[in-house]
Amino acid sequence: MRWLWLDRILELDKAQRCVAIRNVTAAEDVLHDHFAASKAVNAGGFSGGPTGCAPDAEHPAYPVMPNSLIIEGFAQTAGILTGHANDFKEKVILAKIGRAVFTGVCATPGTTIRHTAEITHLDERGSSTTGVVELLDPADPSADPKPLATIDMMFSHIDQNMQGLEFPEENFVFTDQFMDLLKRSGVQ
Amino acid sequence: MSLSDEEVFEKVQEVLEEALGVDEDEVTPTATIGEDLGAESIDYLDISFRLEKAFDIKIGETEMFDQSVLSDPQYVQDGKVTGEGLAKLKEKMPHAEWSAFEEDPQVDNLGDVFTVDMVCKFVKAKIA
Repeated sequence: MRWLWLDRILELDKAQRCVAIRNVTAAEDVLHDHFAASKAVNAGGFSGGPTGCAPDAEHPAYPVMPNSLIIEGFAQTAGILTGHANDFKEKVILAKIGRAVFTGVCATPGTTIRHTAEITHLDERGSSTTGVVELLDPADPSADPKPLATIDMMFSHIDQNMQGLEFPEENFVFTDQFMDLLKRSGVQ
Repeated sequence: MSLSDEEVFEKVQEVLEEALGVDEDEVTPTATIGEDLGAESIDYLDISFRLEKAFDIKIGETEMFDQSVLSDPQYVQDGKVTGEGLAKLKEKMPHAEWSAFEEDPQVDNLGDVFTVDMVCKFVKAKIA
């Protein structure tokens, strides 16, 4: 993980579960002119529906968080969970996205993406994780979160799996910025 | 755990469908995990994890698919596995069928040994 794509860790239960959030802001260039939002997205930005239809005069484009970056957020959440299980002694890399199914709900500016990852298998070689990604609306905090995606991922402890290849001794996966995230989230 | 051959095959089939995103009818006993079902190196770890869960067993890192012999020059010469190397492979993977490979022990042919049937035999030996 060379860059940080999470804002805060809400829960971190060792080798069990990690919950993290990412706020979506219109100040991010990546949201603009990247994906055309669908006609199902309301002007208020919190409706959701099938994505992918081309914008036109009747259905203007809205900035949305790309699904690929939602996957990145989940990967960092589940990667931290896997690394924390062994006190960040292993170099944890994303090995496989077994499944990533999106509901079509759009993550628009002003909303919050919540990643909940759980470990289903952990041993010396790596982990399997599963989880859900949900959208929270600060304008309606009592509303149920909207499902964004369900994701399964595998992580490898590369020092255990690269058949003799050697990597730098320092843990280049969990850099200081990730450890700072844990500290300021109050979970480390 | 006592399971019939058919029950083992069905569970292995399910594991491979989920791990490799293939259809049920592609997972035949003779299908090779790499060539026919498209597994890449990391998929072998995924398959191993899923088999452990499906059959409540523990699988060592190189217990089911062991290619470490191939990186030892003592066991490979001119792209072929030597007699000594073949003996080592048989010792490490007794659940595999070696007769066809013995006829032409090219390193490139080793993937043909890793079949669905081999996985079933491995699992049966583990749960016996």
